[in-house]
Amino acid sequence: MQIEFTLNGRLIYEETSDDETLFHLLRRKGCYSVKCGCETENCGLCTVLVNGVSRLSCSYLAARADDCDVVTLEGVQKEAEEFGSFLAAEGAEQCGFCSPGLIMNVLAMEKELDSYEKEKVKEYLAGNLCRCSGYMGQLRAVEKYLSRGENRNEC
Amino acid sequence: MIKFKNYVKAESLEEAYNLNQKKSSVIGAGMMWLKVQSRIKMTLVDLSGLGLDGIEETDEEFVIGAMCTLRQLEIHEGLNEYFPGLFKECTRSIVGVQFRNGATAGGSIFGRFGFSDILTCMLALDTYVELYKGGIIPLEEFCRQKFNRDILVRIRIKKDGRRALYASSRMTKTDFPLIACCVSATDETYYVSVGARPGKAELTVIKRKEASGLKELAELAADHFHYGTNQRGSGEYRKHLTEVYVKRLFMALEREEG
Repeated sequence: MQIEFTLNGRLIYEETSDDETLFHLLRRKGCYSVKCGCETENCGLCTVLVNGVSRLSCSYLAARADDCDVVTLEGVQKEAEEFGSFLAAEGAEQCGFCSPGLIMNVLAMEKELDSYEKEKVKEYLAGNLCRCSGYMGQLRAVEKYLSRGENRNEC
Repeated sequence: MIKFKNYVKAESLEEAYNLNQKKSSVIGAGMMWLKVQSRIKMTLVDLSGLGLDGIEETDEEFVIGAMCTLRQLEIHEGLNEYFPGLFKECTRSIVGVQFRNGATAGGSIFGRFGFSDILTCMLALDTYVELYKGGIIPLEEFCRQKFNRDILVRIRIKKDGRRALYASSRMTKTDFPLIACCVSATDETYYVSVGARPGKAELTVIKRKEASGLKELAELAADHFHYGTNQRGSGEYRKHLTEVYVKRLFMALEREEG
């Protein structure tokens, strides 16, 4: 079947099999930031934004993306670089395999939540697993990233 | 992983129902659980184009579309105002936000999964399911029914004045529950549902005057259920946890009553 959707701002017409997942389609289209860690919807590595909402592309049918707006890390390079610099500064990366999924979910969280209490943030990001960092560095980076506006004002 | 040959985005419930009458068809809701099953099907029937993804609030009830996501339940203002903290508590430990943005209320209820937090929660409320052919029936009755090829269209939660609280225990934060308990209360009655025993949630109704204290009432409630053993815990442990959680929920509800 043929679907039509926007991928990182570009209109795409693509042939897909009926049971193909969005994850596999995105990889075919060269979006290699999208990883598949568990394939059981637990790890959050495959997180992308569909119509602005964070979704697990490994369990999202490509057919359902018809007429949707899909954004991967490749489509938010500027924001990703900015948050990535906070991750680097906190030593929050080791292998980096989980970072694209984490970044996409942090960006979704930034838009969705109106305040960023620590527990709220931890709960929001509970679906992003990391096997090497132990999360503390990531949480420090997220906290600093989310409060960067306040710091600018203080300066 | 599930494989299928044809994807059909249903344009009407009648079309979805007719397609679903074949054993080779399956209804796709959030597809979170369906996707990890080792099944081969001819047709996947998608309900996402039928406008069943909203929550409507009236003076008498909440009407939840089958395709409404768990995240919508979690953050819906009306639900959280009428049942303070209840839906937030019963959804917040389900994997992560991305998962809850996909998993649907209809999929959780129709599946009648043994591990379901949602089923446990809704069972303690005055909840009904609206089936396309089967009409509107109480959720408790639906839980006892065998699986058939009808379609769950909506879930209706009546505003009957019950106050309700939820508690669960997990081995790790986003794992399946080891035990899940929900208690709702009216002036004279407690409605206690317990899921993840590890069987699907069941309900028991007890009158406040049936026992002298909350501890005794909790033990009485816990006695109504059968508990099993799996890798997460023994039946004995689950029963003990149920007594503890149900007592705590009784106490919390009493505190709310003042």
